[in-house]
Amino acid sequence: MTDTTQKSHAEIDESITSRQEMSGLQAALKTQPFWVFVAIIAIGVVMSFVSDVFLTERNFFNITRNFAFFGIMALGMSAVICTAGIDLSVGSLMGLAGIVTGLVMQAGYGIGFGFIACMGAAAIVGLVNGVLIAYLRMAPFVVTLGMLAMSRSIAMVISNNKMIYDFGPDQDLFEWIGGESVFGVPNPVWVLMILTVVFWWVWRYSTWGRWVIAIGGNADAAKLAGIPVERVIVSVYVLCSCCAGLAAFLLVGWFGSVTNALGLTYELNVIAATVIGGANLMGGVVYAFGAPIGAALMELIRNSLLLAGIDALWQQFFVGLFLILAVLLEQIRNRGRS
Amino acid sequence: MSLLELKGVTKSFGAIHALQGIDMTISEGEAVGLMGDNGAGKSTLMRIIAGNFLPTAGKIMINGSEVHFNKPVDARNNGIEIVYQDLALCNNLTAAANVFLGREIRKKFGPISYLDHKAMFEKAGELFRELKSETRPRDLVKQMSGGQRQAVAIARTRLSDPKLVLMDEPTAAISVRQVAEVLNLIHRLKDSGHAVILVSHRMPDVFEVCDRVAVLRRGAKVADKQINATSPEEVTGLITGAIENA
Repeated sequence: MTDTTQKSHAEIDESITSRQEMSGLQAALKTQPFWVFVAIIAIGVVMSFVSDVFLTERNFFNITRNFAFFGIMALGMSAVICTAGIDLSVGSLMGLAGIVTGLVMQAGYGIGFGFIACMGAAAIVGLVNGVLIAYLRMAPFVVTLGMLAMSRSIAMVISNNKMIYDFGPDQDLFEWIGGESVFGVPNPVWVLMILTVVFWWVWRYSTWGRWVIAIGGNADAAKLAGIPVERVIVSVYVLCSCCAGLAAFLLVGWFGSVTNALGLTYELNVIAATVIGGANLMGGVVYAFGAPIGAALMELIRNSLLLAGIDALWQQFFVGLFLILAVLLEQIRNRGRS
Repeated sequence: MSLLELKGVTKSFGAIHALQGIDMTISEGEAVGLMGDNGAGKSTLMRIIAGNFLPTAGKIMINGSEVHFNKPVDARNNGIEIVYQDLALCNNLTAAANVFLGREIRKKFGPISYLDHKAMFEKAGELFRELKSETRPRDLVKQMSGGQRQAVAIARTRLSDPKLVLMDEPTAAISVRQVAEVLNLIHRLKDSGHAVILVSHRMPDVFEVCDRVAVLRRGAKVADKQINATSPEEVTGLITGAIENA
């Protein structure tokens, strides 16, 4: 008797260790990005009947390029939101980073220098945000709201409120990076795809990613476990700002000009895309694929309304509607679980 | 020479004196029960030893040399592990991720190091088996029972080979079977030469596993006796103040 029970205990223990609540596919079915992706397919199917133009290569080219900029920023934003923070300054930062890039390149410096200046400006803004939030324990909403105003103002001051359209010796390369395509795929979309894969890896396999998720779950526990919580939070805001800086660099290249109004109110779209993509403002949840999928849905709504001949004035209404529906869906799923 | 020695440890929070001149020693393989009513200073003393905050006055010595713990990691590096009363777990992570939080197992691929999920799941499963806990390494902590969470928190301390394990009410919120398992674990820790400080409200637990019992009342140590030289009645009296000193 005792012998057989001993044995079966060992077997039970073994099966407990290897057991999982669900398989990878089942787990994917439970995530928000998956259902938003289903919604995208559904809208796509409907639109293919409504409009002949929808399925054309040209239209896909436009849709993907348009949401690539938001998707890149949403990748960074999802890291910030995962720590239960928020970054309202990304739109203004685009303006600042774009103007800095423009001024540096207009002054005759090469594209390498322009890129470093762009990312440097972004990193500094992110660093200030992060230090105020992590070390001085100020509310992210307030800090980044202040930075929203300050960045935009600095962009206005240094640009002298003028448009920049002369990008010096590397103008052609600069405009190619932002505005052209490789193998039929717009360059910003390549950047988004590569970054999405990188972020997927980071969230799944890097220690830093694991720590960010832990901080979002329980910052006190993370602190007690010896994680340098403050430094990680600073790095998250720097990363978010750098994503916005990168988006600005590409967007200015595409436009071929920059004003200090670049990125005005983009922060709202980016946050909406991030939340539609499954981020939870309470923190602790992050999906790499959520950012591009959320951004794609928003652009698809815009594109669909346009092609269906519905007044463009309705656009914001539907974006808002989907945002609320996405959060509602998340709430309902969570209620069913607990 | 004792493993841990406290000399006149005092902690004040403004005008409130949480601890007043606590002297205490603990040797290898010894289990000390720390008892006292709510607000007697047990948790404060635990948190000082674990490096959550510095004492206002007094010394902490490990193996005869004085140490200063500015943060919990300092205590851990000196071989002290703690199971917090609120367990300090991340609900959104798996059991294995919590066990290894801050001490993740990594693999190297060229210059890139990445999390070795397989090794962590296996090692966590091993630790849970040792604890005889039906905790699945891949489950999220938010889906777990109180006993399973406790197992995760205790498994954390087993990652390193600590000299001293502090346990703050480890048996407060778990099933009867698991209480027995936790007490067994404390026995096993003692047998392998680890020292344990057990904070508990449950008299039977303390009397089952501890060699000594120390009683705190209003921030002062009122008793420190071998377990076989005292009785639950006497300890109760010391806790409530019915017996002044022993």
